[in-house]
Amino acid sequence: MKRRLPLMIVLVLGIFGAVAFVIPHPIVKSIDETMRNDVLRIITAFSLVLGVGSIIQHHLIKIRRKAEHWPFSYIALISLAVSAAIGLFGGIDPASPGILPTHIGGFSFHMQALYDNIMIPLASTMFALLAFFMASAAYRAFRARNLEATLLLIAAFILMLGAVPLGRMLIRPLPDFAEWILTVPNTAAKRGIMFGIGLGSIATSLKIILGIERGWLGGGG
Amino acid sequence: MTLSLSLIFLLSSLSPPTDVIARDKPNDSGGAILLTWTRSSDTTVVSYRVLRQTEGKATWDTVGLAGRLANRFTDDEVQDGIRYRYQILTVSETETAESAPSEYTVCSPQWFNFDRMPAVIGTIIFTCLIVFFIGRAKRNIKLFIRRIAGLDAVEEALGRATEMGRGILYVPGLSSIDDVATIASMNILGEVAKKTAKFGTPLIVPLRDPIVYTVAREVVKESYTAAGRADAFNQDMVFYVTDQQFAFAAAVDGIMVREKPATNFFIGMFWAESLILAETGATTGAIQIAGTDAVSQLPFFITACDYTLIGEELYAASAYLSREPLLLGAIKGQDYSKLLILVLIVVSTILALTANLPVQNIF
Repeated sequence: MKRRLPLMIVLVLGIFGAVAFVIPHPIVKSIDETMRNDVLRIITAFSLVLGVGSIIQHHLIKIRRKAEHWPFSYIALISLAVSAAIGLFGGIDPASPGILPTHIGGFSFHMQALYDNIMIPLASTMFALLAFFMASAAYRAFRARNLEATLLLIAAFILMLGAVPLGRMLIRPLPDFAEWILTVPNTAAKRGIMFGIGLGSIATSLKIILGIERGWLGGGG
Repeated sequence: MTLSLSLIFLLSSLSPPTDVIARDKPNDSGGAILLTWTRSSDTTVVSYRVLRQTEGKATWDTVGLAGRLANRFTDDEVQDGIRYRYQILTVSETETAESAPSEYTVCSPQWFNFDRMPAVIGTIIFTCLIVFFIGRAKRNIKLFIRRIAGLDAVEEALGRATEMGRGILYVPGLSSIDDVATIASMNILGEVAKKTAKFGTPLIVPLRDPIVYTVAREVVKESYTAAGRADAFNQDMVFYVTDQQFAFAAAVDGIMVREKPATNFFIGMFWAESLILAETGATTGAIQIAGTDAVSQLPFFITACDYTLIGEELYAASAYLSREPLLLGAIKGQDYSKLLILVLIVVSTILALTANLPVQNIF
């Protein structure tokens, strides 16, 4: 039963999901939207509790075992507790204050302020690192080790040169050729991959709905 | 007075649109009426104003404007079961001209979207092919599946990790559980977890989505149980990190640098963090196996990882690893469907080029 029940739920809801794709009637559509939005949101809310439990457990284990860089786990747990307290009792922004004071003089630390002044700068910093990672990846990719890497190098060189005014200055039709590489061979390859992805998605869905693929249940029969 | 009115009438030469037809918008969930008309032949037309009258009421309400080249309009502010009729007003810089009213029409929801018929037919054909090959697999007819280097490397990667006494990092993408790539990744995780259970290799699975976290934990737990090593399963193997994209990337980078896993799997849906993860993994000297259906992230993985499962290979992976005949049968069905699509593309192209047939409208 432990296995049969999830399989039955997947079969019924999977078939319903596929049927809802071709039936636009509001009765079917509203059930479909309820399942996709409301039910999923409720499940997410419950699983978020498990997620927070997982974070706490993970860091407590690290602290207990004195794993490498374990003091950082204290920072993670304290940050979690403080932001949860501010979020729950301090209000989202000054327009909707909570019972907990979230400003000292001109310094505000309500939820929106934490997000704007800590989360966004930190995320932007990580994103900015991408530029450096791109440079190092490009260096590795553009070493002409074999035929494929050489073709990649040539195509990238043409595209980069075609995108700057110098390219047109040196060879007049170069920007058009670069555009052709992007829109014809590149698009053709992308579409080929997309066909495979589309069929693979349907096949995977079908295998799961029919209970042939049970890897998500840990495999087995 | 009569003369001046006649003069105005004669001067008002703007011709109204003709053949105004209002009908229930097909293939929708109701609440919409589709209008079509034949455009005015005047060159001075600026736009068309759409007027609506509800049955039993005397007033005409303006419900929308359409450009001078338009000959259709969808009124999606109507209620099912109520009868409406329409007029189209031709508007120029100086004057207007009303069309004859359309017939009364009523809108209602439909039970089938015929616009999606090609998708339905395609899916039915595809399903039949898959069922056929699953049937063949059931009869133990040997099916040839081409080699996928990235998947052949899984055993080697696990063996290497075991020899080095290091762990395996498995990142099942950053998407939610309703993404097919995430589900495919869960299937692969199940197979990888069985092998780590067999070899006794530490497994690290950081997650971004709380639902994926609960599913992944169950998958790993079940795999360890299936491998007869339920005792080796540790709750802390699979853990939730954060739902913030770059905070997650930073956390996984930290794990790779600190724990130095011998093998990194990046399998699932990834966005801009793909290169941040793969490049950091490359600097730690780990064998890296990536797989995604995010076409825009594939070049990054191909560049920074040792093996990359491209698109559909991601979906074929669990069958390839488990070698279960039923799953292999489905892959064969996929291959023949692709062949069918290829043949259709070639035939359509030839027909379009040689006979000038409008074949593109078929699809």
